[in-house]
Order: sequence, then C-alpha cells, then structure tokens
Amino acid sequence: MSFLDEGIIPQIPIGNWFSDLVDWVQDNLQGLLDLISTVLESLNDWLSTGLNAVPALVMVVILAALAFVLRGWQLTVFTIVGMLVIQSMRYWKDAMDTLALVIVSGSIAMIIAIPLGILAARSGVASKVIKPVMDFMQTLPAFVYLLPALFFFSVGVVPGIIATIIFSMPPGVRLTELGIRQVDSEMVEAGQAFGTAPSSILTRIQIPLAMPTIMAGVNQVIMLALSMVVIAGMVGAGGLGAPIYGAITQLNVGKGFAGGLAVVILAIFLDRLSAGLGDRSAVARASRATARAGR
Amino acid sequence: MPATEAAIEAREIFKVFGRGAERAVERLKSGATREELRGEGLTAAVIDASFDVRPAEIFVVMGLSGSGKSTLIRAVNGLMEPTSGEMLIGGTDITKVSTKELRAVRREKISMVFQHFALFPHRTVGENAAYGLRVQGVARDERESKATHALELVGLKGWEDSLPGQLSGGMRQRVGLARALAAGTDIMLMDEAFSALDPLIRREMQDQLIELQSQLGKTILFITHDLNEAMRMGDRIAMMRDGRIVQIGSAEQILNDPANDYVAQFVADVDRTRVLTAGSVMEKPAAVLGSEQGPRVAHRLMREHQLDELFVVGRDRTLRGVVLESDIADAVRAGRDTLDGLVRTDFPTVPPDTAVADLFLDAAERDIPLPVVAENQRLLGVIATVTLLNALGSRVADSEGNGSPINGDARLVSAHTGSNGVTA
Repeated sequence: MSFLDEGIIPQIPIGNWFSDLVDWVQDNLQGLLDLISTVLESLNDWLSTGLNAVPALVMVVILAALAFVLRGWQLTVFTIVGMLVIQSMRYWKDAMDTLALVIVSGSIAMIIAIPLGILAARSGVASKVIKPVMDFMQTLPAFVYLLPALFFFSVGVVPGIIATIIFSMPPGVRLTELGIRQVDSEMVEAGQAFGTAPSSILTRIQIPLAMPTIMAGVNQVIMLALSMVVIAGMVGAGGLGAPIYGAITQLNVGKGFAGGLAVVILAIFLDRLSAGLGDRSAVARASRATARAGR
Repeated sequence: MPATEAAIEAREIFKVFGRGAERAVERLKSGATREELRGEGLTAAVIDASFDVRPAEIFVVMGLSGSGKSTLIRAVNGLMEPTSGEMLIGGTDITKVSTKELRAVRREKISMVFQHFALFPHRTVGENAAYGLRVQGVARDERESKATHALELVGLKGWEDSLPGQLSGGMRQRVGLARALAAGTDIMLMDEAFSALDPLIRREMQDQLIELQSQLGKTILFITHDLNEAMRMGDRIAMMRDGRIVQIGSAEQILNDPANDYVAQFVADVDRTRVLTAGSVMEKPAAVLGSEQGPRVAHRLMREHQLDELFVVGRDRTLRGVVLESDIADAVRAGRDTLDGLVRTDFPTVPPDTAVADLFLDAAERDIPLPVVAENQRLLGVIATVTLLNALGSRVADSEGNGSPINGDARLVSAHTGSNGVTA
C-alpha cells in the first residue's frame, strides 16, 4: 500500500533532535552538571571510604547484628557465611563499593520517588503524566541513557549512579502511588470528618497505612539497583561490576561466576533486610498482632 | 412542641454529579425528572431535601441504597458539598464557609460514625477513641482520660491498649462510637453505623445508643436502610426515595398515615407491635368515675355506656382503681353511699411508651381493659383487647372517624411526646 511508502511518511529526525538536545545541555548547563557530579561523587566516595575503613570481620559482625535485629537468626547465619564467602573470594572491597553505590542511588531514587508517588496518588493528571515517563525509564535500554550520561559526567562512578537511579526509581513511584490509592477511602473520610488538615491526613493516615506497600517499593528499588551493577561497572563505576565486566571481556568464566555470586549474596542480604524493615511498620505490626489474636 | 432552634437545618439541598450540575439543578427545580438527567450522564443524588433536626433528637434518614441518604449525610458535615441549598449547623451555613472554617465546624460541632467503622488499624483502641481530641489539639493527659471515659460509656473499659483488629465487629463499632463521643460534639452523624453488624449485636447497639442518647442528650442524625431500625431508633424519620425526601414524621405517623404508595408498601412488612406504643393505640375511656362519687352514679354510668367496669380517678385524674359491675350492683341493692371497699387496685398499668407487643400478656390475663398511665399516675387512656387486635390489622390505618383509636388522637400523641419531654 502506498501510504506506507517512505515517500508519503516524511522521515522525522528524532535521533538528531535528541543528540542536539544532549549537545545543548552540555553547552549550557555545564555548571549544573558539575554540581550534580560533585555531589554524587563525594557522597559515594564518602560512603565507600567509610564502609571500607571498617575491618572486614568487624563489618561482618555489624551486618550480622543488623540482620538479627531486623529479621532473625536465619538471615544472621546467612549473612555471616555469605560475607565470609565474599571475603574469601577477595571481593570484599568491591562488594563494599557496590553497597555504597546501591545505598546512594537507592536513597536518591526513593527521595525522588516518594513525593512523585504521592503526587500521582493525589492527582489524576499527575498520574497520567508520570506513568508513561516511568514506563520510559524502565524499558528504555540502559545503554541508551548511559551514553548521554557519559557525555555529561565522563567516565566514572557518577554516570553509573545516574543510570542506576533512572532504572531503579519507577517501582518506588508506582508502589508509593498504589499504596496511597489503596488506603481505604473511609479512613481518609474519617480523618476529614473529624476536621483533620489535609497535610495531617497525608502524614498521619495515608502514609502510615501505605507504608507496607511503600516498603515493598523500597525493596524493589534496591533489587533493581543491584541488577545495574555490571552496567555501572562498564562505565567505570567500580565495585563488583568492574571485575565481572573484566571477566566478560577476557572470557574468564571462573572470575565472572565468583563476582556474580558476590552480587547474589549481597542481593539476598539486602532483599531480606529491606523486607524486614517493611515488617516493622506500624500497620504490619498491627496486622501481625491481629493474626495472633485469630480474628 | 416548643419552638427551639434546630441543631441541623437543611434547606432545599440538591446534589447532582456530572458536568453542568448547577444547570441540572435549575432544570430539576422546573420539573425535570431524575431519569431525564440520567440520560445525559448526570446523577441527581439528592433532590430538594429540606429538614430540621432538633437538639437532642434522634433523626433517622431511611432509604434503600441509591436513595441518596449517604450523600445527604455527607452534606451535613461538608464531606460532600451540595450543588445548591443551605446547610445550617447551629445557625451557620456551612456551604458558605472556607475550608478552614469547615474543618473547625467538624472538629467542634459534628462527629461521625462509619458503616465499616473506619478505625485506624495501626493505632490502639485508646488512640482511636482519642483521635478527635488529638485533632482538636487537646493535651495528651486530658485526651487520654476523656477517651477512657468514652470507652467506659460504651462498655469497653480496659481495652485501651488493644488494636482494633483484635476486636469483634460489634466491639469495633463501639470504639467508633467512643471516638465520636470523646470528640465532645453536640451532633453525631451515624452512617449505616450498625448495618455491618450481626442482628443480635445490632439490637444491642441500638439499645445502647438510645440509652447513651438519653444520658448525654446528643443530637443524632442516623442513616439506615433498615426500616425496623429506623422505627426503633427514630424520634422522627425521613423516608427517602430516588433522592427525594417523601415523608418526615414519627414512626407511628409514617406507619399509620403513609404519604404515598411507596411508603405504604414499604411499611407493610413492619412488625407493627414493635412500633406502635400503648400511647398510640389507647382509647379515651368512655366514662370514668370520680373517687368522691358513689355507687349509684357508677351504676348509671355503666348502664349508659354499657360497661362492665369503671376506672376511678381523683380530681387530678390520677388513677385510684377500678370498680366492677357486679360489686356496684350489690352495693346499690345494699343502699350504700360510698365506694369504700369497692375499689380494686389489683391490676397492672402500663406507661404510654410501652410497645404494643409487650401488652398482650397483661391484656390477655385480665377481663378489664388495660389502663395507660403517665408517670404521675394520671390516667391517659385504656386499651381493650379488641383495640389491641385492631391495632395489628391495617384497619387502624384505613378506618376514618370510626371510633378508631388512632384518628383524632392528637391529644394522646402529644401526651406521649410530652411525657418524653419530661424525661429528656
């Protein structure tokens, strides 16, 4: 059919526009980019230096204690064994660097995601705008935005953090929105009926009641951040991504597996730990108490 | 009824959902029907609703789902802003005030109890009960002691530290009730408050609410789809259908004088014996005997009115007893001048607010009519067994000027409400 012919539908140079945009940002917003770069880099350096300053065995004890408090003895045992395995594979420093990167990107992702999620829950228009943006961030192949990130921030940990934030943020927004929308409208009405101010309805009723879902979002953000480790390693972010990426280029199966195993151990630890954090929310505790009462 | 200022005054409230709601109201006012609007995607939830709720009254809005009663109750505390009309709470039109002032009205004047309780699951029973006070900014000690008191009133003393999830449905709604009571507002809105409860628990809660209301004198606007509940609870009832209030009146008025076929059909299945009271079915005694009068007068009155017995009253109409035809006949034959030794007092009396259902046993055991007396022992009326049976049939509602116990009995009804006024 003729309307599919190239002659009829004009070629739209979307690619050119995008590269023009990247050029424009680079030329005009360099100050802002430098600021972002400095902040992210120093945050990450500060954290990874701090984590590495603690002797490995002491850190194992600290992490195990955290696991015990937030979760229980099973995770404690896993943590001790897992962390010792990482150390025995001589990936300790890389693991701590990755942990720092995940904490920095995950925290920033949630700091952006929670207000966005609240906004989306309160306004149908905001929700309709935010949803496709989140789809875009989650499905656009990481390399596509890694390139401009490299142009903006050059090789190093910063483009790794940026890419990780972009990829890991969407579930944080989505689950925050879902959590708040799921709060029983009668609860909100009860708040209103007693004359509660809108800000207090948000902070005292909606957010606490949505907390289990928001914490599921935190959990997802952390897991997605970890899954970006190798891609971050490719742009020179260091951590466990670097040796794994190196192993891939050298076709070194053993080295690659060892690095991958370290990522998995870290992932399981962080997943269970953040789930344990979610279980400590007031609503989750209340529903457990209720379950014990057998109602 | 004395002209006191209404606690809640709704004036021509309209609520239409959809685009162009204001214009739709104009059309409804000029005679458009709800169905016409529905065809254009507009939902007229409340149409021209006006009513007054008097202080310390239980006012029930009764209607099936979709009748607009939930929307109407939400217009009273501004959770739902009416499309047009005025809603006066203690004289202030809340449709005209700012959102900030509206919140103040909700904090200080109106509290609400919800169908599904709407308790905060992550807060203890005590914290839930104190919620209204917390919003009001009351200090912790004071709000805790007030919440504890409110929980005590509803029979939940000692449950302060439990979580709502650990309570049964009935207990949860008691917490909801305590939360509304603790807020200390004069007006309480109850949105299908007992509808989610088991029938037995529901009965218990209804009794408790009536009891609390008489203790505390709250003004209660109660929404329900259950006619029996409406009849049990309501001092007055507004019947709603398709967004309109079709009748406002006491349970007895609605039962005996339904405004239209819809209401009539609706009330057809009501257990009349639970709604009708002694005060509404009693008849004026054909004749009574003054306590200072003698057997001859009694004999003449009995012959005139074809009675087998006469109630004896004092000058102030207090009931002194009853004399029987056989005793009087003997006394007249013996030529006695006084009633000494003839007046019997071994019979039961009932107060006017006794449900008809509770009269049967007393009525069946005696062959004299059952006297209805006020608290000060004044004789208000009598109920013969035949009256009682008539009250159960629809003849009560239909018969006009037929010596019916209901018709023309405004005096008895007012005596009834008057005695309520004394106790309230």
